[in-house]
Amino acid sequence: MVIDDLIEIAEKERAARKKFVVRCCLAAGCMSSDSKGVKEALEKAVKEAGLEDQVEVRGVGCMKLCCQGPLVQVDTNEPGATVQVSAGGQGPLYLKVVPEDAASLVGTLKGGQTKVQRGDPKHPFFTEQLSIVLANSGLVDPERIESYIAAEGYQALHDVLREMTPKEVVDAMIKSGLRGRGGAGYPTGLKWATVAKTASPQKYVICNADEGDPGAFMDRSVLESDPHSVLEGMAIAAYAVGANQGFIYVRAEYPLAISRLQTAIKQAKQQGLLGSGIFESPFNFNIDLRIGAGAFVCGEETALMASVEGKRGAPRPRPPFPAESGLWTCPTLINNVETFANVAPIIRKGADWFARIGTEKSKGTKVFALAGKITNTGLIEVPMGTALRKIVETMGGGAPDGGKIKAVQTGGPSGGCIPADALDTPVDYESLTKLGSIMGSGGMIVMDDSTQMVDVARFFMEFCMDESCGKCVPCRAGTVQMHGLLTKILGRKASARDLQKLEDLCEMVKSTSLCGLGQTAPNPVLSTLRFFRKEYTDLLTADIFAAPTSNGKSRGGAEEDAFAPMI
Amino acid sequence: MIATLSSKKKNRLPQVLEHASGDKRFKILEAHIKKHQFKQDALIEVLHKAQELFGYLEDDLLLFIAYRLKLPASRVYGVATFYHFFTLKPKGRHTCVVCMGTACYVKGADKVLAAVEDKARIKAGETTPDGELSLLTARCIGACGLAPAVVYDGRVTPRQTPEQALEKVKGWIGHGN
Repeated sequence: MVIDDLIEIAEKERAARKKFVVRCCLAAGCMSSDSKGVKEALEKAVKEAGLEDQVEVRGVGCMKLCCQGPLVQVDTNEPGATVQVSAGGQGPLYLKVVPEDAASLVGTLKGGQTKVQRGDPKHPFFTEQLSIVLANSGLVDPERIESYIAAEGYQALHDVLREMTPKEVVDAMIKSGLRGRGGAGYPTGLKWATVAKTASPQKYVICNADEGDPGAFMDRSVLESDPHSVLEGMAIAAYAVGANQGFIYVRAEYPLAISRLQTAIKQAKQQGLLGSGIFESPFNFNIDLRIGAGAFVCGEETALMASVEGKRGAPRPRPPFPAESGLWTCPTLINNVETFANVAPIIRKGADWFARIGTEKSKGTKVFALAGKITNTGLIEVPMGTALRKIVETMGGGAPDGGKIKAVQTGGPSGGCIPADALDTPVDYESLTKLGSIMGSGGMIVMDDSTQMVDVARFFMEFCMDESCGKCVPCRAGTVQMHGLLTKILGRKASARDLQKLEDLCEMVKSTSLCGLGQTAPNPVLSTLRFFRKEYTDLLTADIFAAPTSNGKSRGGAEEDAFAPMI
Repeated sequence: MIATLSSKKKNRLPQVLEHASGDKRFKILEAHIKKHQFKQDALIEVLHKAQELFGYLEDDLLLFIAYRLKLPASRVYGVATFYHFFTLKPKGRHTCVVCMGTACYVKGADKVLAAVEDKARIKAGETTPDGELSLLTARCIGACGLAPAVVYDGRVTPRQTPEQALEKVKGWIGHGN
């Protein structure tokens, strides 16, 4: 493969474009509402109408407005065609399509009418988005590499291999200001520079696709919609740091993402875009998949590496950091799916272009999975620094059925709840940390008046309790005790002393746990205590059992069932 | 379990290997292990394949894997029990997986789960005594746009109410009740 071959594939793909492209979402969300059936019905209808040479029915990735799926959109590049299109050639968007609608939808291409509900592509939900990571999502066919190549795919890899030194690539990443999208926000360029500096002959690149945070589905959507962008980003990273082997650690719960990745890797190998001597350079790179087995703690980098090595996913103390001693004690670069997906656009369009987007300390865009009590559930990508209110109210359409938004939860079990009166906060790493939450991987759950915050805190604590790997005592025993106290509070059996105990425990677990799971497990409790303390105190009972009895135990019977035994 | 693996029965391993020689699924598994060049790092991949072939990981199967990968049985058992995805007990004929991700939870997945638990008289994670229905919960199936979502026999079904869930599982439970 040389650049001419790449251009040839792209031009052939563009030339083969038919008059109409009917895009049908085949990401997991729409698939579970039978979008596959819709696509088959559309293909059949096109055949029956004799429009095969004019219409392409294309299965694509996520089209973002997941709650209205299955989604179908019609594009045309023909001026004066029968369907109205916007400047970008994108035509009407159809919502909740069922296979029976296929004939009437195809009929519209010949000037007919359809009763299928139409979405408004001019709604702020779409127009306020700025797509870098999701630029190809919903447009390209994730199961055909040609489709990605036609969208300028793998050009960045070519430019990097043929025209840039590894150091120049690392410098470009530093200049772009990209920070890790997995949650912690460590500068990506610095991480790359650390791995690049090590002198080991064997290095690894790992893509963390263990999206364990409940309520987050950004990474899944990226993998299902545009797997090649992640592969390209990993290959560029490998060249920059001097690695020749990559792993993608993906959750077993995402079978569609796994199968699309397998297809993508196979196709990239066939085209010589993975393997040895890529673009006739001396650079070799292979990617293997590692399927997770359902352990939240494996999102932590050292636990993830243990799991790749076929062991139990227990974290280990850092330092040494993976950049120095990681997989099989070799220097290892670990980045999140979204981070890798940002790499190729940065190389293609320049670090300066990327650095102009976002805020001073948080550059670029962030993908959020908007879910919970909100009208427009789905996937959004906005520049860093966008106000939460804009995301939730303007784009998300606020709470459904006239409800009132009470809080927005970001960062999952490691994050916190941001109250409605702080909705004007700009979304960037620092602002969210100030509010006691975190950016996290991008799950954004909206809660309304009917949600009880103490219950939410217990929900997350139960999650952390179950997911604690058991290696360190503060996390293993602390989460159990905190869960017991929260249950006791919810059962209206707790006193002010219990609340104090809970707060003390939170601080202890936070400051003494081994890894991120334990260190952040108290966050949902601390943040709800900070903004919704009244909900806790309203549930407390008078401290009538405060005086200890002669045997030193309080007389209340409640404590026994609230406290689970230490493991 | 550890005890049954090592001390209780003598000459257990030859029995396991003999058992394995007569079962085609072990052959497929062995080919898979070979594909991974008998690498010990491939333990999780091998367990995935084993569960896919057998439905669950029984003792003999774990012993067989330990023997083939030259790993201590304790390590194989440790990994198999650490990860939620692996199950050491057979599953029911039908499965009902209630997603308990945050989005589903705030939209009432707990009520759906409670309704099914109540009706089937089992707790989440259990199988009905007649082996008809396994009731499971998932951390998050990533279908947050469809919350609350329930997976019936591998089919994701969006926006479930307790009534709809009971209607779905009705045929799978209550035999003799």
